[in-house]
Amino acid sequence: MSPQATVHDIDQRPAVTSLRSKDLLGISELTPDEITLILDTADAMKEIASRPIKKVPALRGKTVVNLFFEPSTRTRTSFEIAEKRLSADTLNIAIATSSVVKGETLADTALNLEAMHPDMIVLRHSSSGACHLLSRICRSAIINAGDGMHEHPTQALLDAFTIRERKRQLKGLKVAIIGDLLHSRVLRSNILLLTRMGADVWVCGPPTLMPADIRRFGVNATSSIEAAVTGADVIMLLRIQLERMEGAYFPSLREYFNVFGMSEARMKLAQPDVMIMHPGPMNRGVEIASEVADGPYSVILDQVANGVAVRMAVLYLLAGGAEHEEAA
Amino acid sequence: MKRLLKGGRVVDPVNGIDGVRDILIDGERIARIASNLPADGATVVEVPDGLVICPGFIDMHVHLREPGQEHKETVATGTASAVAGGFTAVACMPNTNPVNDNANVTTYILDKAREANLARVYPIGAVSRGSQGELLADIADMRNAGCVAITDDGHPVKTAILLRRALEYAGMFGMPVIEHCEDPSLKGDAVAHEGYYAASLGLRGMPGACEALGVERGVLLAELTGSSFHVAHMSARASLRAVRKAKEAGVHVTCEVAPHHFTLTDEALAAPVAYDTNTKMNPPLREAADRDAMLDGISDGSVDAIATDHAPHHYDEKKVEYDRAPFGIVGLETAVPLSLDRLVHAGRIRLSRMVELLSVNPARILNVPGGTLSEGAPADITIIAPDLKVRIEAAKLRSRSKNTPFDGWELRGGVAATLVGGRPLYVNAETRISL
Repeated sequence: MSPQATVHDIDQRPAVTSLRSKDLLGISELTPDEITLILDTADAMKEIASRPIKKVPALRGKTVVNLFFEPSTRTRTSFEIAEKRLSADTLNIAIATSSVVKGETLADTALNLEAMHPDMIVLRHSSSGACHLLSRICRSAIINAGDGMHEHPTQALLDAFTIRERKRQLKGLKVAIIGDLLHSRVLRSNILLLTRMGADVWVCGPPTLMPADIRRFGVNATSSIEAAVTGADVIMLLRIQLERMEGAYFPSLREYFNVFGMSEARMKLAQPDVMIMHPGPMNRGVEIASEVADGPYSVILDQVANGVAVRMAVLYLLAGGAEHEEAA
Repeated sequence: MKRLLKGGRVVDPVNGIDGVRDILIDGERIARIASNLPADGATVVEVPDGLVICPGFIDMHVHLREPGQEHKETVATGTASAVAGGFTAVACMPNTNPVNDNANVTTYILDKAREANLARVYPIGAVSRGSQGELLADIADMRNAGCVAITDDGHPVKTAILLRRALEYAGMFGMPVIEHCEDPSLKGDAVAHEGYYAASLGLRGMPGACEALGVERGVLLAELTGSSFHVAHMSARASLRAVRKAKEAGVHVTCEVAPHHFTLTDEALAAPVAYDTNTKMNPPLREAADRDAMLDGISDGSVDAIATDHAPHHYDEKKVEYDRAPFGIVGLETAVPLSLDRLVHAGRIRLSRMVELLSVNPARILNVPGGTLSEGAPADITIIAPDLKVRIEAAKLRSRSKNTPFDGWELRGGVAATLVGGRPLYVNAETRISL
C-alpha cells in the first residue's frame, strides 16, 4: 500500500516523504512539509475506515504500548483503533494497573517496558515534558498523546485535517480559539500548527487564563469574544475545567458563559460557513451552548472520526512508512 | 612549617593592595606580606605568572545536606567540593533533617566539619523551630554553638510578624536574618519563571514580583527594626530595585546573586535539552531583562555578594518529570570560572570587585574572619588562574551530586590553589603551582 498515491496526483505530493524524528513529541518539532505529509497520509488512511474490512497490514509485527497515566477515553480509544486497523499488536497500560502506584519512577517504568522491545510507546502524562524524558531514555518511538499543559500534537493534527477537509487549505483562515488558554495543551499544539501553516490565529479568554507573553507565539490575543469571532472561518472552543473556579480564575460558570460562552448570537458574527470545533470533553452551557454544539456548523464528531485516520498516519510514518512495508 | 609565596599578584581590596607581593605563611597564619621577602628558612613557592593571590573565597549560601540527606552531600564531600572550587569557607543552610534549629544540630555539623578538616564551615540556624514558621528557634543557643546567621531558607519566613521578631531578636547579637524572598500564594505550585518559555513548555510560572514582594516585606521590616536583612539568591529586577531604594534610605540590607542567575536565562529550559531538570531551581532562571539587571547590580555595587546556593541532589531525584524534580543545582565548583569568564573577562568588573563579591563582603555580612590577607590573620588564601582554560565536567565534580546545567561549558578562568589555615587543600596541577 502506498497511501499518498491512492488519493493524490503526483504534483500534490508533499515535498518530504518521511519524518525526520523517531518520535512525535510535539508540533514544535515538525516542519510545514512534515505536517502536510502527515495530513496527506491521513487522507489515504481515512479511506480505510470506509472499507468493509477495516484493516491493512502496515504495522504487522509491530508492538505498540499505550501508556496512559491520565484518564482518557477519546484519545486512548482512537489510538487503539488506529493501531488495530494497521495490524499492530497493542497493549494498554493504565495508571491504576501499573506499578507506578507502588512508587516506581516514570523512567523505571519506561525502561522496564523498553526491555520487552516495543516499537512504539504512546504516552499520556500529567507532567509537561514527560515524553521528552522518555524519548531520551528509550529506543522506541515515543508518541505524545498529551503531556501536562505542553502539547497534544495528534489533536492539533486532527483539527487541521478536519479544517483542511472543508476549507481546502489552512493558509489565510481566521481561526479563533476560545477558553482556558493557560492550562491547555490543545491550545499550544494548535497555535504552533496553525501559525506554521499560515492561518491567522486569534486566542481569546479571560486575562486570568492567558499564558504569559502569548503574543510572542505569533497570535492575536484578546478578551473580547466579539473581536475574536468576527469574520472567523473556524471557532475552536476549549474545555473549561470546573475546578478553575476554585483557583479564582473567574467567578462562576454562569458568568463565564455570559462573557465567553459560544452562543448562537455570537456565532452570527463569524463567516457564514464557519466551522465549530471542540476537542472534548464538552461542558455544555459553559464554553459552548448545546444549540451550537449540536447545530449544523459543528464538526465536533468529524474531529473524532478524523482522529483515527490522523493517528494511523502518525503511526504509519513513524514506523518507517512505505520503507518498512517493503522490508516486511 | 613556613612557606613563602613569591612573586604573585596579590589582590586584597581591604588593604588596598593590587600588585606583586610576597606572602610568608607561618603555620596557620600569614606572618608577613611585603615586596621581596627573604626566604629565611621558608619553603619558597614561586607563583607562576598570571596567577592571582586573593583572600579566601567564602560562599555564604550552600546546602551541605548533613544531617539527614547524606545521599546528596555530606559535610565532608561538600567541603571537598568547596576547596576544589576555590572556597576556603562556606556557610551552610539549616534545612537539613532534622532542621538546624538547636545547638545540638549546630554542634553536630561543626563536629563533622572538624573531622573533614577541609573548608571552614559556618552554620546558619533556622529562624523558627523546624522552619515551620510558628515559634522562634533557639537563636542564642545556636549562636553560642557557632551559628552566624538565621534563615528559614527553602521558604520565606512564614509571617511578617515572625520575621519582625526574628530581626529584632537576632539584631541583639548583630546576626543578619537571611531571607528566601517569595510570596507563597504567587508562587503556588510554579516550577519556572513566568514568561514565554514556561508558557511554551507548559510549565507553571512564578513572576519576578513573587520574589520582589518578599524583598519589599523584608526591607520594610529591616527599616522598622533597624536590624540587618540579607536577600538570598536574588534573581528579579524588581527585587534589585527594592534593594537599591532601601540602601539609599539607609536600611541595613544586603543581597547576593548566584552565578546561574547572572549567566543563564529561562531560555535554557527549552534548549539545548528541553526539560533538563538541571535548569530547575528556586528562584528560577529568569528572563533576559532580569539576568541583565543582575549583571548591572554586580557592576554598580548594588549587589554585595556572589553566593552559589549550592544545592546537591542525587541523580535519581533529578531523573524525573520536570514538575516533580527538586529545585537546585550544585555551584561550588563552577562559581569561580563563571565569575571570571562572565564578569571579569566580559569587562563588567575588575578582579578586585570580584574579590569583594566572593570574599570581603560575605565575611563582612556574616561577621566572620577572612576577607583580607592581613598579617597575623589565618592563612585562608585562594589563588586563581584568570586565564586558565576550564572545561566543566559534571562527572568530575568533587561534590557527591553532579546536578549542574554547565556540563561541557568551556570558560576562561579557574582555581589554581586553595589554602585553609596555611594548608594547601586543593592544587590544580594544570596551573603548575607547586605547593
